[in-house]
Amino acid sequence: MKLNRLRTFMMGAATAAMTMASGAGSASAVEIEYWQYFFEARVDAMDKLIENFEAANPDITVKMTHFPYDSYRTKVAAAIPAGQGPDVVQLFYGWLNDYVEAELIQPLPADTFPPEKIEEEFFPMVKAMRMGDSYWALPTAVRSLALFYNERMFDEAGIENPPANLDEFVEAAKKLTKKDGAGNLTAVGITTGMTAQDHHWIREVLIRQFGGEPYLDDYKKVNYNNEAGLKAFGFYNDLQAKHGVTKAAFMDEPQAAFKAGRAGMHIDGSFRIGALESVRGLKWGVAELPAGPDGTKSNYSSYWVNAITSKAEGEKFDAAVKFMEYLTSDEAMQIWLETVGELPAKPSAAMTDENVNHPVYGPFIKGLEYAKTTVFANESAQRQTMVDMMQRIELQGQALEESVSQAAGEEQKILDEYYQK
Amino acid sequence: MRFYNNLTISQKQIVWAWIFLALPVLFYVVIRFYPTANAFVLSFQEWNLLGDRKYVGLENYTRLFSDPVFWKVFKNTFMYLILGTPVSLVLSFIIAYHLDKVRFMHGTIRALYFLPFMTSAVAMAWVWRWFYQPVPIGVFNNFLASFGISQIEFLSSTTNALPSVLACAVWAGLGFQVIIFMAGLRAIPQSYYEAARIDGVSTWTVLSEITIPLLKPTIVFLVVFSSIGFLRIFDQVFNMTTNNPGGPLNSTKPLVLLIYDTAFNGFNMGYAAAQTVVLFTILLVVSLIQLRLLKDS
Repeated sequence: MKLNRLRTFMMGAATAAMTMASGAGSASAVEIEYWQYFFEARVDAMDKLIENFEAANPDITVKMTHFPYDSYRTKVAAAIPAGQGPDVVQLFYGWLNDYVEAELIQPLPADTFPPEKIEEEFFPMVKAMRMGDSYWALPTAVRSLALFYNERMFDEAGIENPPANLDEFVEAAKKLTKKDGAGNLTAVGITTGMTAQDHHWIREVLIRQFGGEPYLDDYKKVNYNNEAGLKAFGFYNDLQAKHGVTKAAFMDEPQAAFKAGRAGMHIDGSFRIGALESVRGLKWGVAELPAGPDGTKSNYSSYWVNAITSKAEGEKFDAAVKFMEYLTSDEAMQIWLETVGELPAKPSAAMTDENVNHPVYGPFIKGLEYAKTTVFANESAQRQTMVDMMQRIELQGQALEESVSQAAGEEQKILDEYYQK
Repeated sequence: MRFYNNLTISQKQIVWAWIFLALPVLFYVVIRFYPTANAFVLSFQEWNLLGDRKYVGLENYTRLFSDPVFWKVFKNTFMYLILGTPVSLVLSFIIAYHLDKVRFMHGTIRALYFLPFMTSAVAMAWVWRWFYQPVPIGVFNNFLASFGISQIEFLSSTTNALPSVLACAVWAGLGFQVIIFMAGLRAIPQSYYEAARIDGVSTWTVLSEITIPLLKPTIVFLVVFSSIGFLRIFDQVFNMTTNNPGGPLNSTKPLVLLIYDTAFNGFNMGYAAAQTVVLFTILLVVSLIQLRLLKDS
């Protein structure tokens, strides 16, 4: 930790010194501003990227500003219309619609970022950033899901390999579950909790594996209140209700149970790697998400993107384009992977032999090839409909069909309200 | 300058009073009144923090009153008030009444009661959250389990969750109320008690005829103060249910949490402002009714 601080400080000092030096050095220097929210590893990674970029482009300096996550959106919204703030800005993929509508960002120039080339080079889920004929934003890194498993508990239960499909998954979970004399769970086979990543697992993975398609019409129409949807939710609900291999919110949070060594398996995003690496005494492995009954593989990917704001004009715009080019280069993606642990957004950077065979990153990177990205209107509200769906079944004894149909109705209402504007 | 010289002394005093008041008045206008007025205007608009505000008339309010979640939340907010205020007042009065008579280690015991009030609400909520967990980590349930009693679902039950959260909030505010009650008790002149003792009145009569009537100003203050506190409850609920704020199934969600969720997760600022106006109205009405009821009689 101390070393890390020191490194951050040195990096900051170096950047500051370079900013000053280049500012004083050349009269034609352009300074552009970059904004992101504060997360230590992301700030570290960006410091490195800026340093490399400035070394390659001595006439451009990049000034990074970061804010706490809570106030980030407000600050961006207030600054850009006032002609201040960032030239290049980071935003969550789900916010793109709002930013485009509010005219806070401008499309990426087609000569430097031709849409066909982007679609050829990037993983397919990045398509969500295309509106009309142009791309509005691009990610440096993306995140996907995988199955974390506790190696010690696997050894104890005599399971040799992580489960490859859903049947093996349930069998393994049964072997891993532990109970005390009174029948209380003391260790779960698999963690569940709709409030964590499970709603993504169901939406983009389970529903597709049971032969469905979670949404129609560009994610504007809910499509899980049908046979495939019921099978998927039924499978999920059975883990607790029928097989008894889990309990929602066991030990408060799924990741806490896994960290404490009281969960055999845990589905989570690549952003969890860093937190697990610092847990002493926990031996864990990562595997691809189990395949569906007919062998279908699927995954969910989310990402943060960078975009050029509507404020950037003239030479600042040119500098911003150059910076965006660097941020989407293979080199930047590799640095981001090593510093933050988020996965490269392009196969050319991600699918190197070293990355694909990496014991930890490998399964996540393989997942990217078939990952889908949900286009949310209001992610937290849409997640809430699924949280409530499962709780109505668990706490109030509502029938599965009824609960799924109610949730579908509620979610459709959220989508309709958002898109009718 | 001549104008100033022509003023009488009392008029000059008024001029100076306003000059000195100018700074706080300006401060209040900018920091308090302007944002408040702005929130009222915003409640008739649609705004997602980005882009322009758009007038939508009463749409936010009609949407609010036809939303079942709002009515659930409305009910919860009053549950916090109706359960929390009397329970905390009765508890703190009993503690203060007896503590007042204790001589042994009086200061230490009083400090112990006051300690929770000084602790950060967030830290406290997380400790209580841990107390409430099922086995193998929860303190209460581990205790029950070690006696072979079946577990109680505290935070993951739609009926137990609200009282569980409330218990933590009551406990947190107890110290403050005890101190105020003790100050009130000390302010009652001893001569009344001496007169009562000479007349040989029972303890109960002393309590109901002297102590409680003379504590009325203290009680009024605490009722209004704690009611506002319970109507605005947020920290304990949010921190004890962060994974599913206000859950399960909205059973613990108070109005303030709904406002927060609408504003900063849904980015629906106009709708959130309408909810805020409703909360403001409730606070105003409840406080006025209480002041009226408790002062007149």
